[in-house]
Amino acid sequence: MLAGAAITGVFIAAALLAPWIAPRDPVAPLIEEVLRPPSWAHAFGTDELGRDVLSRVIYGSRISLEVGVVAVGIAAAAGTSLGLLAGFYGGTWDMVVMRGTDVLLAFPGILLAIAIVATLGPSLGDVIIAVGIGAIPVYTRTVRGSTLSVRRMEYIEAARAAGATTARLLRRHVLTNIAAPVLVLATLGVGVNILIAAGLSYVGLGAQPPTPEWGAMLSGARQYLRDAWWIAVFPGLAIMLVVLGVNLLGDGLRDALDPRGRV
Amino acid sequence: MLLAVSALVFLMSHFTPGDPATIMLGANASAADVTRLRHELGLDRPLMVQYARYLGSLLRGDLGHSIRSGRPVAQEIWERFPPTLELTLAAVAIAAASGVLLGAAAAVSRHRLVDTLAMSASLAGISMPSFWLGLLLILLFGLVLRWLPIAGGSSWQALVLPAVTLGAQAAAVLARLTRTSLLDVLPSDYVRTARAKGLAGLHVLLRHALRNALIPVVTVLGLQFGTLMGGAVIVEAVFARTGLGLYAVVAVQARDFPVIQGIVVFAAAVYALVNLAVDMAYVALDPRISYA
Repeated sequence: MLAGAAITGVFIAAALLAPWIAPRDPVAPLIEEVLRPPSWAHAFGTDELGRDVLSRVIYGSRISLEVGVVAVGIAAAAGTSLGLLAGFYGGTWDMVVMRGTDVLLAFPGILLAIAIVATLGPSLGDVIIAVGIGAIPVYTRTVRGSTLSVRRMEYIEAARAAGATTARLLRRHVLTNIAAPVLVLATLGVGVNILIAAGLSYVGLGAQPPTPEWGAMLSGARQYLRDAWWIAVFPGLAIMLVVLGVNLLGDGLRDALDPRGRV
Repeated sequence: MLLAVSALVFLMSHFTPGDPATIMLGANASAADVTRLRHELGLDRPLMVQYARYLGSLLRGDLGHSIRSGRPVAQEIWERFPPTLELTLAAVAIAAASGVLLGAAAAVSRHRLVDTLAMSASLAGISMPSFWLGLLLILLFGLVLRWLPIAGGSSWQALVLPAVTLGAQAAAVLARLTRTSLLDVLPSDYVRTARAKGLAGLHVLLRHALRNALIPVVTVLGLQFGTLMGGAVIVEAVFARTGLGLYAVVAVQARDFPVIQGIVVFAAAVYALVNLAVDMAYVALDPRISYA
């Protein structure tokens, strides 16, 4: 878990410090420097428009982390609320929420994202929304399950008898119980969402040029693979390392917070 | 269930910015033409009526016509489905075989080198973007070693790289799951009994331990099928295979809504079918479960 935290930390730092540590402008094309291999001047080489790949990778960390975190934020917020609603009040609410979740789950993740992007138009913002919506069901189910089991416990009855209001019950007992699983899901979710968003950008449905998003960078790299392998290798490596870091962090969190391993 | 799916799809296409008739006729069309086309397409009727007509045509197998090419969507989907199905099935096979093998090997050797290696590889596998893996494989096997073709093609060789690319992530997931599941099952009483009876280790593994350990794996495999179908979209783009995935991407970029709607409904239907098959496979694997 520490390794995960360390790796993730590096990328967060890179994202925050980008304007100061990136050696070149990530967006402006420089025709005379097109397709240079890695060298002292350009640690990761230059791309097909002469832009420094290292700088683009560094700036790309901002975008990817933003995508991952915001999408997870949307999913966790909406999913948790829905799950609480379904679990706590039960009955019709439960049925409605569960049916809605089932509909969302009827679509494989990426296809749902594609469908939503089709509705809203290809752009990075819409990809975030699409990926976020697709991730809601996991949170809804988990939170609902935890809420249901907490609701049945006796100390809730006791607290209610003592005059506790619903809001207070929710906050104190239910939320503390679900905090751990949701946190683990969220951490792992950041990784998955980054991957999906990058994939969508790769096929042109997400970030549009000249945004230095890693997936979009790899899209351009396909044509130049023969001559300029560095355009493909480094952004992809960045994606993998970020997701790896986040996954390690999530796994570590899961082991630490739930020793039975049944999140 | 599918009813809800179709409703969702229908609603989504309705909320899209831009009027389909205007898109079809182009920006220079006269207002009268647009109105006429809208009337023809039934776009000026109330929402419920439009939905009812949509359902009706769905049931008849009519998914509308592509805005770009004018051909029936159902036919275009049907034509492009086989390559995608081929790719997905190949990926499933690779993922299942390698994933289970890897996971089983890891579980059996528990904490020794094989286990650590296998799990590290799996962790890398689930962290890697599929298109990156595809590019790397192209680089290594296509350009440097020149063993395998890298684009298009219908030979089995052309299937190898895309299928491996697509299946790798699923294999990693399955490997981890198999390992965990197997580790749960191995200390069980019936396993110890079987060993005590003197049965060989491999026999015990295959007939007793795996049969039960594989139940959650099969579930996940069914779910992964959906993910793989989605992943096929990207892998097809990387390897330039003309399948449903690429078709979907092109359709989205061209705002070809009948096509998009059709593909989404089709994919959901296929996914539902696969999960149904998985449920039935349950019965085969664990005789205690039945749908009496």
